[in-house]
Amino acid sequence: MSDPILSVRNLTKRFGGLTAVNDVSWEIAPGEVVALLGDNGAGKSTLIKCVSGVHAPDDGEIWFEGQKRSFSKPLDARGAGIETIYQDLALAQNLDVPANIFLGRELKHRYLGGLVKTMDDKSMLREAREGLKALDIVFPRLTQPIESLSGGQRQAVAIARAVYWKAKLMIMDEPTNNLGVPEQQKVLELIRKLKEQGTPVILITHVMPDVFAVADRIIVMHRGRKVTEKRAADTHASELVQYMVGALDDYRTAA
Amino acid sequence: MALSSDILVSTEAPLTHIQRVLLTISRLWAWLFLALLILFFVVTVPVFSGISFLSVRNSQNILVAIVPVLLLGLGQTFVIISAGIDLSVGWVMSLASVLSALALRNSFNAGAPLPLAVILGLLAGVFGGGIVGLVNGLIIAKLKVPAFIVTLGSSFMVRGLALLWSENTTVVGLPDGVRAYGNESLFYSIRGDHGGFYIFSPPPLTGDMLRQMDRILSWPVVVTILTVAFAMFLLHRTQFGRYTYAIGGNIQAALRAGIPVDRHIIKIYTLSAAMAGLAGFLSTLQFTAGSASIGDPLLLSSIAGVIIGGVSLFGGAGTIIGTVIGALIIAVLTTGLVMLNVQAFWQFIVVGAVVIIAVLIDQSRDLIVGRFSGGRE
Repeated sequence: MSDPILSVRNLTKRFGGLTAVNDVSWEIAPGEVVALLGDNGAGKSTLIKCVSGVHAPDDGEIWFEGQKRSFSKPLDARGAGIETIYQDLALAQNLDVPANIFLGRELKHRYLGGLVKTMDDKSMLREAREGLKALDIVFPRLTQPIESLSGGQRQAVAIARAVYWKAKLMIMDEPTNNLGVPEQQKVLELIRKLKEQGTPVILITHVMPDVFAVADRIIVMHRGRKVTEKRAADTHASELVQYMVGALDDYRTAA
Repeated sequence: MALSSDILVSTEAPLTHIQRVLLTISRLWAWLFLALLILFFVVTVPVFSGISFLSVRNSQNILVAIVPVLLLGLGQTFVIISAGIDLSVGWVMSLASVLSALALRNSFNAGAPLPLAVILGLLAGVFGGGIVGLVNGLIIAKLKVPAFIVTLGSSFMVRGLALLWSENTTVVGLPDGVRAYGNESLFYSIRGDHGGFYIFSPPPLTGDMLRQMDRILSWPVVVTILTVAFAMFLLHRTQFGRYTYAIGGNIQAALRAGIPVDRHIIKIYTLSAAMAGLAGFLSTLQFTAGSASIGDPLLLSSIAGVIIGGVSLFGGAGTIIGTVIGALIIAVLTTGLVMLNVQAFWQFIVVGAVVIIAVLIDQSRDLIVGRFSGGRE
């Protein structure tokens, strides 16, 4: 395995008396897909939010690209190349595909020495089309508002946006939720595509078939602790469920 | 491993021919309605009152009447697209009218030449209004108080200031030359045997001939046209406009995209109030007086125009040209009904009905397509 791009060391996050994440360590290497499993309240979202700059951890370290980092806000993490795609996708429904891909980073024409700036919609459309094409995504019309697209298409736009802006690590929160079966397959194919291109993906899910379809490694959390970490080839669904409900725990004796 | 594109292609059933036609009508209805309205008055007004509806003079009257409603509406368009509301613009216009009249009169009396005094009046109106908007925006964006409450509250305060500074009356005693700024025009057209078309200044005329003269595009109308062009540019061509739509469409998405949302909201309310300030200044020129009661009755008309023009109160949708059409519909309706000698109160009833119908037509779009716009939580 090559050097990890992200490594989380002994991370702990408390909310008042509740320890949401308890001394968790793990790593992810370029081109790897790691699934993060756990029941509701297991702490996987909190763990991810510590990585993506939403929460500041109380204890532990986050190393990204060989440097110790502490992100004080989500934009810092994004700036470093960690893109998080949340379930609600953070797309503006009323804007079209290029506008969403370039939201906040619009391409512009400059006039009068930069005094007057207008949006360069033509270039944004072209770049968006090429960005989507690189992921083998083809839309009939890119200039319709996002709200007229299907759930899978929106997911594709969110992923394409992250890829276009050179995400070095992609965190995806339940990406196949609320999608029809064919579209779930599409999203999984997109994840494989990202992996092929060398972009590591952290996949938060509790859909077992998704896990085995794309993940190289699986981390299971229970009540804030990491209870196991296995290669996908070395385990199976019913074993993972036992870890998820707390019946199995690889680290209990060590603790 | 290529993704076959067919699955990511839209899964919706294609629309039938009738659905397409209905959808197009529902999108363009404001244009159609305006055209039908003008047609209706062109036919009926001569029958009932023996004068032509589409005369040069009457069209200019409509344009002059539209100026304040449209200027308030332009700023409001930005505000409502960002999913806000600005209830203060009516009284801000009044305050600006008073402030610009005071600045103009006092600077002129202190010896400033008239053009300079007019410019000072403009600055007093626009900046005076803008400051109110800045405060509105700061409270809305930074203290997270709902825009409805903030602008309602500030409109009362601004009303108090306007009445206070005008000493509860109109600000009069403006230099005579001001009248020309507010009422002279870009073109003049003179009917009759010795008539003609003049640019910038009319020929010296006397008595009868003066009555044959029409002023085309008076200066306030010209300023308003320029402001409309500016607003179109700003909303549809610049990042400022894109951010406005994004904030109204999904404020969370805007925040996560790194858009400076708070700062943008402050700018939007400042813009809205500054445009109301411009409207106040122009009314001061037009009436050669500052009035503390000029703007208030226009607030709801301006919001009505914006809504008729297709701006969604939920935010995220609307255009400047829509707002222009909306304001035109109200002005044509009002003028036409007056020329038909319909009692003035009917105007309110008709305008009110049009506002409700406009929103119904907007909402009917989902019905026509026969689906919910998928996934909108």
